[in-house]
This record gives sequence, C-alpha cells and structure tokens, in this order.
Amino acid sequence: MESRIRVFLLRTALAGLVLAGLAGCAGSTLDREAEADQVRPVIDPQVQRRDVRAPKIDTEDFEAGGYVGFMSVEDFGSNTVYGARLAYHISEGLFAEATLGMTDTGKTSYEVLSGSSAPLLAPKDREFRYYDLSLGYNLLPGEVFIGGRHAFNSALYVLLGAGNTRFAGDDYFTFTYGAGYRVLATDWLALHVDVRDHMLDIDITGEDKTTHNIEFTLGATVFF
Amino acid sequence: MPTRMFIALLATLVLVAPAYAKHDFLTVVVAEPYIEMHTGPGRGYPVFHVVDRGARIEVLKRRTDWFQVRTDRGIRGWVREDQLAKTLQEGGEPLAIVNAGWDDFGGRRWEAGVSFGDFAGASSISLIGGWRMSANFTTELMATQLTGNYSDGWMAGVRLVHTPFPEWRVTPYLLLGTGVLHVSPRASLVSTEDRTDQYAQAGIGVRAWLTRRFMFRAEYAGDIVFTSRDDNEEVEEWKAGFAFFF
Repeated sequence: MESRIRVFLLRTALAGLVLAGLAGCAGSTLDREAEADQVRPVIDPQVQRRDVRAPKIDTEDFEAGGYVGFMSVEDFGSNTVYGARLAYHISEGLFAEATLGMTDTGKTSYEVLSGSSAPLLAPKDREFRYYDLSLGYNLLPGEVFIGGRHAFNSALYVLLGAGNTRFAGDDYFTFTYGAGYRVLATDWLALHVDVRDHMLDIDITGEDKTTHNIEFTLGATVFF
Repeated sequence: MPTRMFIALLATLVLVAPAYAKHDFLTVVVAEPYIEMHTGPGRGYPVFHVVDRGARIEVLKRRTDWFQVRTDRGIRGWVREDQLAKTLQEGGEPLAIVNAGWDDFGGRRWEAGVSFGDFAGASSISLIGGWRMSANFTTELMATQLTGNYSDGWMAGVRLVHTPFPEWRVTPYLLLGTGVLHVSPRASLVSTEDRTDQYAQAGIGVRAWLTRRFMFRAEYAGDIVFTSRDDNEEVEEWKAGFAFFF
C-alpha cells in the first residue's frame, strides 16, 4: 500500500517536472523572440553617449597691468614714472594690490642755484624705485555714459598700503594712500586714473623730514 | 633691471591673456520665478534685465561673488551668486557653486602672506610662505626687509609653527625659527662695515580666518642675534599682516 502511494507521488512529481520544463522552454522561446524584435529596431537612431561633465566656470579675480604718469619727488622735481600692478579681488569691494614703479629725479633747487658744482647725489642714486602692498576698497561703483549709446562700468576706489622705496642709495619704509578711478572698457580691460601719495622720512637735504611724493598715473589692466 | 623685466612680463601677460578665452560655457535653467541681471559685478550696479523661470542661461565667467551670464537672446549681465545657486543644471540637478571658505581653512596646505611691523625700532616688511605638514605643524620660509634710522637690512629664515587649536576660527600659535640677519648702515652716515649674523627666535602669534581664502595674522617674537662680538644681541619684533591659503 505504502509503496503504491510512493510510486503515485513520484509519478506526480515527475509529471510536474516535465510540465514545468516544457513551460520554461516555451517561455524562454517567447522571450527570445521578443528580444530579437527589440534588437532589430525599424530605425537605428545612432545615439552617442553624452559627456555630462559640466564646463568649469572661468574665474577672473586677478587684474594685472601697467601705468605711466608723473611723480613729484619732494625737492627733486617732477618726472615721468612708470610701473606695473597686480591686484587680487577678494570680494566685490575689497582687493589686495602690489605695485612696482620707478622714476628719475631731477636736481634740487640748491643744486641749480649753486651752479651744480656740488651734486648732492650720484647719477645712479637719482633713480627712485618703489614697491607697495596695499588693500583697496571699491567705494563708489557706478556707470559712465558716453553719448547716448554707450555705458561703461566704473568704480572709485581708495587704497592704503605700505612698502619700500630705494632712493639716494638707501631704503625707506614708505606709507602709501590714494584713490583711483577704474573704467571697464570691456569685460576684461580696465582703464585707471590714480593719485597716490608716497610718504617717507628722508634726511638727504640735511634734516630729517617726512616727504610727500605725489604720483599721478594713467594705466590699463586686464582681468584674468 | 628686475623692475623692467617684471614690467615686460606683465605686458606679455596682458597681450596673451585674451587669447585663452574659452568658448565652452556651462548652461543652467532658471528654477526660481525669475533672476535679476545687473549691469556690473557689484550690488551698486542696477538691475536691467530679468530672466523668467524655465529660461536657459549660459554662465560665461565669474568675478568674486558675481557671475556673468548670457541669455538665449544674447543679453549679457551679472547675476549674484546666491541667485545663480538656485538654478538647475541641464540634467535637472541643482548647480553646486564651490567656494573656498571655513572648511578649506581647516584643510589648507599652503599659505602665503605679507606682514608689516617693527624690528628693534626699524620698520619691517615680510613675505611669508608656509607648508602645513599636519593639523598642528606648519613649516614657513620668511624673507624680511628692514629699514631703520641708522641702518637697513634683510632677514631670511625658516620657522616651525605649532597651532595647538587648529579648529578655532581665531587660533593662536607658537613659533621657533632661525636664519640670517644682514645689517648695513645707512649711506648718509659715517660708514661702518656690513654685518651678517645668525639669529634664533621664539614667539607667539594669532591667525584669524576672515573670508574665503583670506586671513589675518599677527605675531610677537623675541630674537637672539649671535653677533661676532662678545655679547649676543636680544631684539624684540612684532608684525601684523594678511595671508591667503590654498
């Protein structure tokens, strides 16, 4: 009795397995046909994978350029000055600036009146060279209008800094302060008008005194 | 002569810079009801155009916290950072604007700065460059120009700086350093000979993170100058300035 039941169960299981196997085969055949339909599209669109890397935004916080103007060196006359500047814009208001400039100086009135028989300085010591490190602030941003069609961005800025001056064979610690006007001719080109005072203590003319050496310059810089 | 070379270099830079203009710009989609375009990169410049939600704009360049954008009609203007940060990229994800800040201060590797101060009565200007070896230790190179009433000079040295609390926004430090000090009397005085001596210094200072990559530094140090005479010279110096970190 027991063995008949076992045989029955085994037959049932076998039949189940065969049925399942057949069903499986039929299913996979159907799948393959469906896949084959997908693999052969009516129109092949030739899609290329897009490179999704976003382009980097170009940051232009540096400003570099040169300037030319005249500088009045106290007791030594006014002469052409030229120099270079590099600025880094920290925020829309604040910037740090380094300048490097040079000018020749003339004779003092004493040397001229006495017939220059006793020159005060050797020719190479007449060169006035300076470097300054300053912090600047764009005080009055605005626009200038030229005619009815053109508007240019501008800013009035103030500067305060310190540096060193090499003159008459010596180095002098120098305080500088000034103001400038920047007009952006294009997005990257700026034109400057600057007035700066270089204050230094000097003893060349016989007494210790604080001299004010005023510099007036026109310059151009590019943002990069 | 170095001045002329520097000017020549800058002039070259000025001429070459525009040649590197890039033409592949980031495009974003306005997601807020509108964003405002200013005529210039600053809060003082007026709003002259408004871009509506759903419009696409190209981001051309960045200057401090402002971005120059171009609309599909070719109108150019400047958008403030907080407004641009609310736009979406073409894939739909929000635009992530990366700014250096307090987090970067904690992870800074390099720093460079300038300081002004006083060295035994002489004015000093220093350039300092530093490499941060670990959270607490920084190695620094320093070059200083000195201008006094009776003598001028320069110093060049190396320093080890220890920052006990690197996680503080205003954080004190201790320094140990050594180098050489060169002193030459002023040309207007009776000439004595130039001297170059070794010095050692110990001091305390403070760094304060201000904004972005910008920090304030101030320090006080006591120096011992090992002169060739019988006595060593003890000198006090202090300086304050600003530095950038990278």
